[in-house]
Amino acid sequence: MANKLTISLSPHVHGGDSVQKNMYGVCIALLPALIASFCFFGLGAVKVMLASVLSCVIFEWAITKFILKRDRLTILDGSAILTGLLLGFNLPSNLPIWIIILGALFAIGVGKLTFGGLGQNIFNPALAGRVFLLISFPVQMTSWSDNVLDHIDGYSGATPLSLMQKAILEKDASILNDLPSSLEMFLGQTEGSMGEVSALLLLIGCAFMLWRKIITWHIPVSIIATVVVFAGLLHLANPIYANPLQVVFSGGMILGACYMATDYVTSPMSHKGQLIFGVCIGLLTVVIRNWGAYPEGMSFAIIIMNAFTPLINVYCKPKRFGEVIGKEAAK
Amino acid sequence: MKTFSIGGVHPEENKLSAGSPIREAQLPKQAVFSMFQHIGAPANPVVKKGDVVKVGTLLGEAGGFVSAPIYSSVSGKVNKVDVVLDASGLRRMAVVVDVEGDEWEEGIDRTTDLVKLADCPDLDSKTIVDKIKTAGIVGMGGATFPTHVKLCPPPGKVAECVIVNAVECEPYLTADHRLMLEHPDEILVGLQLVMKAVNVKKGYIGIERNKPDAIELMTEKAKQYPEIEVVPLKVKYPQGGEKQLIDAVIKRQVPAPPALPIDTGAIVQNVGTIFAIYQAVMKNKPLIDRIITVTGKSLSKPSNLLARLGTPFSQLIDECGGLPEDTGKIIGGGPMMGKALLSIDVPMTKGSSGLLIMKEDEAKRAEAEPCIRCAKCVGACPMGLEPYLLSKVSELRDWDAAEQDDITSCIECGSCQFTCPSHRPLLDYIRLGKATVMGIIRARSAK
Repeated sequence: MANKLTISLSPHVHGGDSVQKNMYGVCIALLPALIASFCFFGLGAVKVMLASVLSCVIFEWAITKFILKRDRLTILDGSAILTGLLLGFNLPSNLPIWIIILGALFAIGVGKLTFGGLGQNIFNPALAGRVFLLISFPVQMTSWSDNVLDHIDGYSGATPLSLMQKAILEKDASILNDLPSSLEMFLGQTEGSMGEVSALLLLIGCAFMLWRKIITWHIPVSIIATVVVFAGLLHLANPIYANPLQVVFSGGMILGACYMATDYVTSPMSHKGQLIFGVCIGLLTVVIRNWGAYPEGMSFAIIIMNAFTPLINVYCKPKRFGEVIGKEAAK
Repeated sequence: MKTFSIGGVHPEENKLSAGSPIREAQLPKQAVFSMFQHIGAPANPVVKKGDVVKVGTLLGEAGGFVSAPIYSSVSGKVNKVDVVLDASGLRRMAVVVDVEGDEWEEGIDRTTDLVKLADCPDLDSKTIVDKIKTAGIVGMGGATFPTHVKLCPPPGKVAECVIVNAVECEPYLTADHRLMLEHPDEILVGLQLVMKAVNVKKGYIGIERNKPDAIELMTEKAKQYPEIEVVPLKVKYPQGGEKQLIDAVIKRQVPAPPALPIDTGAIVQNVGTIFAIYQAVMKNKPLIDRIITVTGKSLSKPSNLLARLGTPFSQLIDECGGLPEDTGKIIGGGPMMGKALLSIDVPMTKGSSGLLIMKEDEAKRAEAEPCIRCAKCVGACPMGLEPYLLSKVSELRDWDAAEQDDITSCIECGSCQFTCPSHRPLLDYIRLGKATVMGIIRARSAK
């Protein structure tokens, strides 16, 4: 009898959380937006998403098995599926399949596994894949197919983001009149990548993640608040800058703030660090959108701040219990 | 709702024995009294083989100021004074007594009549502390720090209030809960005694909201003592930690070590300790028994037993329906901070608040996966530390980094490991790091 007793240190119970629960939790949160993108963009969207998810999972399996020669199967932890989903959301629905496969190879192979796999990567793998594709295939990555809802409304033309940038370049506020209203953007009647269309459904998913305690509010709220304030000030100063609601609901802002910047591995560990991270992403995004070469700055802003995450972790410690005065002063 | 400010988790409560009234355990056939039942110097045996002892006879005298005497909880003959296996898993000095009858030392008041503070007008602070010291009372929540030491604040520190720890935040354990339901008056008098001992005018009793009957009863009974306040607390682990409880009740935070809880002006005592203090001072009864929760999902009769110290755990388990077939792990204490036992043939001690029988399928840890840097451990840590980092630097044996990042502030509550989605053994490594760093600090200050 005595021989079969397990001896281990406390705690002897566990809360039941797991990597899978968190990864699949994010996937579930993305479902409403996923279904909406299928409705908006039709069969093309389904093809892109399938290609993205399948190739991410296959690359994860093949690289860990044949190159890294690890026995541990990692494709079931859900992280490769999530990377595939997020990558898919960042692509136009009419992108050729071979480009998607290249993007997935970069995301999983270079973005994730070269660093050692889940938990070790510096950059968000899906974003690494997207930025790789954006730089390598700028034309294909920015030719959007028509949004079904858009057609019904009879609106067609450049994306809201490029209109906003054009207004600033030409110093002509009237260009902004061609933008869909904030409400239309919020609901999803606009052009863009698959995950850039419905802010509403993405926010519902985000609320789900907050409720399930998959993420905390710090990163999404600090990003969005910063963008609203910064873009709002610019708009007040000069009407060639779009109004802050249109800025927030356009492009990949919500997708980035709620799903990409909150990636566990590549965001800071302390709440204070997360707030700094979020504020910087917000500022960088507005700067790149308004004055950079690309109309969308979200991905670049997140990737840049990913690189700063280790530094933020060193300098932003959580508030210690009983920390009355600074450590140095106490000595 | 009051609670502590940073972190915390909410484990499944599993208070299986909450409705089971305290029942007296049978006398053991043989009782074993370890000389290591408290933190500090071990007690020194003062009896030898063949000596006849009664309930309340001194077996071991305190080995220093931070130490406590050990009394016999049974009557009979000393079988041997030798090293035996105790609940820590070590072989240590103990006195073994073969039980015969149940004779008590004279002078111990075994009646259940309530003695109030007003009945003893000539009790002064020093007498109370001396009686507590002589009775061998130690912290009964599990830490087993000698109580009289806590009641003698170091020079320059002044106590402002006494807080009774009736939180019982460990899942499964219900001993304190039952004690409050069955002996509320004694607890209130005990608290008054401690308040008098340290000369303060304010006493609090902190109880978590998952014990509404105890809150109601204690509040009702405390009405006659205006200086005592019952404080209901939100259910959150580790609220029973001394620092967390002070923060929850009086909103003051104990600074990092070497600061002590007394720096906030609060003296915290477990409710079981308070009851023992009442018995020692008012009834002249040394610490010879305690309430222990014997519980587990497969156990047929989860119970709260009033058992004599030195009783083997195996006998307590037999009284609660016997050891279940599917037993996989046996824990002395609660599931969050208790210790896994090597054997059930070890005696219960002053710190034995619970005995938890876990099923085989609950006993094994899940396999650890890579850290995904989700920061949930950082959010859960009630001390505001970074468990992922402390665990990592300890694993890499980078003691400087561990010290720099305040590893010595860790209270080893296990919230980080409880919450980790990757099932990483965070606390195992942190314990290693903390013990090593404390050793380094001691060596440095000894120079």
